[in-house]
Amino acid sequence: MSFMKQNSVLSKVKKPIIYTLLLSFAIVSLLPLYWVFVTAFQLPSYQNEEMDRPVSYVESNPPVLYPKGIPEYISQWQKKREAERMGDYEQAEVHASLMTEVRQKTFGSFTRLFERTDIMRWLFNSLYIALLTTALIVLFDTMAGYVLAKKDFPGKWIIFWVIISTMMIPEQVTLVPTFIIIQNLNLFDNHLALIFPGLALAFGVFLMRQFLLSIPDELLEAAKIDGASEWKIFRSIVLPLAAPAMAVLGIFTFVQMWNSFLWPIIVINSTELMTLPAGLKTLQDANLADFKLLMTGATIAAVPMIIFFLIFQRYIIKGLTLGGVKE
Amino acid sequence: MAAQQNSNTVNNTGEKIIIPKKTVWMRMKENKVAYLFLLPKLIFFTVFMLIPILWAFVISFQDRGVFDVDYVGFKHYFEAFQSPIFRAALWNTLLYTIVTVPAFIITALIIASFIYPLGQVSQAFFRSAFYLPTVTSMVIIAMVWRWMYNYRFGLFNYIIGFFGFEPVNWLGQTSTALPSLMIMAILIPPGAGIIIYLAAMNNINPSLYEAADIDGANAFQKWIRITIPLLKPTTLYLVILSTIGSFQVFTQIIMMTGGGPGYSTETLVHVIYKTAFRDFNFGLASAQSVILFFIIMGFAIVQFKSLRTEK
Repeated sequence: MSFMKQNSVLSKVKKPIIYTLLLSFAIVSLLPLYWVFVTAFQLPSYQNEEMDRPVSYVESNPPVLYPKGIPEYISQWQKKREAERMGDYEQAEVHASLMTEVRQKTFGSFTRLFERTDIMRWLFNSLYIALLTTALIVLFDTMAGYVLAKKDFPGKWIIFWVIISTMMIPEQVTLVPTFIIIQNLNLFDNHLALIFPGLALAFGVFLMRQFLLSIPDELLEAAKIDGASEWKIFRSIVLPLAAPAMAVLGIFTFVQMWNSFLWPIIVINSTELMTLPAGLKTLQDANLADFKLLMTGATIAAVPMIIFFLIFQRYIIKGLTLGGVKE
Repeated sequence: MAAQQNSNTVNNTGEKIIIPKKTVWMRMKENKVAYLFLLPKLIFFTVFMLIPILWAFVISFQDRGVFDVDYVGFKHYFEAFQSPIFRAALWNTLLYTIVTVPAFIITALIIASFIYPLGQVSQAFFRSAFYLPTVTSMVIIAMVWRWMYNYRFGLFNYIIGFFGFEPVNWLGQTSTALPSLMIMAILIPPGAGIIIYLAAMNNINPSLYEAADIDGANAFQKWIRITIPLLKPTTLYLVILSTIGSFQVFTQIIMMTGGGPGYSTETLVHVIYKTAFRDFNFGLASAQSVILFFIIMGFAIVQFKSLRTEK
């Protein structure tokens, strides 16, 4: 089937090399993500009974490649047990308080982040804006894609081509005019300013139309003869058939909206209205050198997306390959 | 929309409606529902896409004051090309694209070629492993890379120190700032590219490889003679898409360097952003974005033609 599977002798020699190469590159490419988590959970400014001054494992040379709090916590716990066995309760108390300190300092950046910033609010904003926009885009684009694929009416081709021709136009071209429109609609610093422009994107119409072209006309005709209304046909025949493409479009749009950055930093001004990427920018602007705090914010922002990817992988991959591969 | 209004006026002009126009009007009436289905999309598309695109060209010829709007012809276009920041941005963006796009394509092609012969499970594993680092938003990626490039405690200076090199102020000096951003772009795995290439490879007819086997071709020959030529449409697609993406590089700039030091990492979109929303010079910003639009279009057309006719 493939170009190497054929030569079994060759592949026996080459397979371990290929695996090693691929694995090492995979590790290198996952390293930054790993480093986000390590820094977020790293132990800052800590002094145990053996040190003469406090050290920060976040800012250390050589860097500590794992959260130092874990072995430190375990070792203090062991020392505490040891002291208790020896009957030295004073010493056990020292280790117990060090254990508390390790725990508090490790998670300290999370507490600080929750106290000082609106990060949970940003998370919520990102989530509901992305979900709402996605739902509306999928609905509107399926409706539009359906009639553009299956109906014949004056103006159809003009509408189709005008929409499609905007697909390749970079977002930046529309930035200034859209900003002026948003201002005139009095939507500056309003979540609608994030939702509305998303609903104008052409990609979904194109995707849904291409997909719905394959629905057999007889099916729609039969329903019409049975006296079903257009909306009923759409709901009970088109929507179920379109579901796979809607899933791909939905998941793709969700990721796009969730990660959107340039537009939100332009139209949203109040911190409590921000979405996660924009919020992270203000976090960084205010704490340029506090890398533990920054990586904590990055962790909170990255985890939902990673979970989302692991759940919806199949659709994401499908969506990616739609444009590039000719069947 | 336009057609609908047009026919409306025709109908309103009088009782005597010319026959061909009447049929159009009737067909429109018959298809009322179709227009209703299109309506929500068309409203948002018109207000937030069609009007902005056309208006962007108009604004690029305007000076917008608080109370009045003056037409100034091509003034902003001359201004853009005379401005050192814009020229630096243009050059940096070009350089960035020329370096990172081929790197993206080649890495994606090589990794996909290595993954392809593996079994289903390994294929799925590596596909995810290489795509996972790119699902998080660029903001997060930029934040951690800024940390890794840190002069005193960054991972990079530790790694090169391990090999005996002096620490480098990666993002802090003009000579290394842009190359650092390019290295970052190259080292982020081309997850989407790998997935797309893999899918395309699975579409190649296996009998071609079997025929080559009979002719005694080795794996490398098959790769050069069969795989790469047959992947050409996919390569074209990826080249155009990644070129467009690369010309729009922005998040890394604003999160990691702010365009500095000096203008050494200014890019087109970052300059557009600053001109529009820091200086509020909408006319100049629109002219700059129209220039960006034509550059992207030009590149796309050239790439399309050269990769297409070569067959």
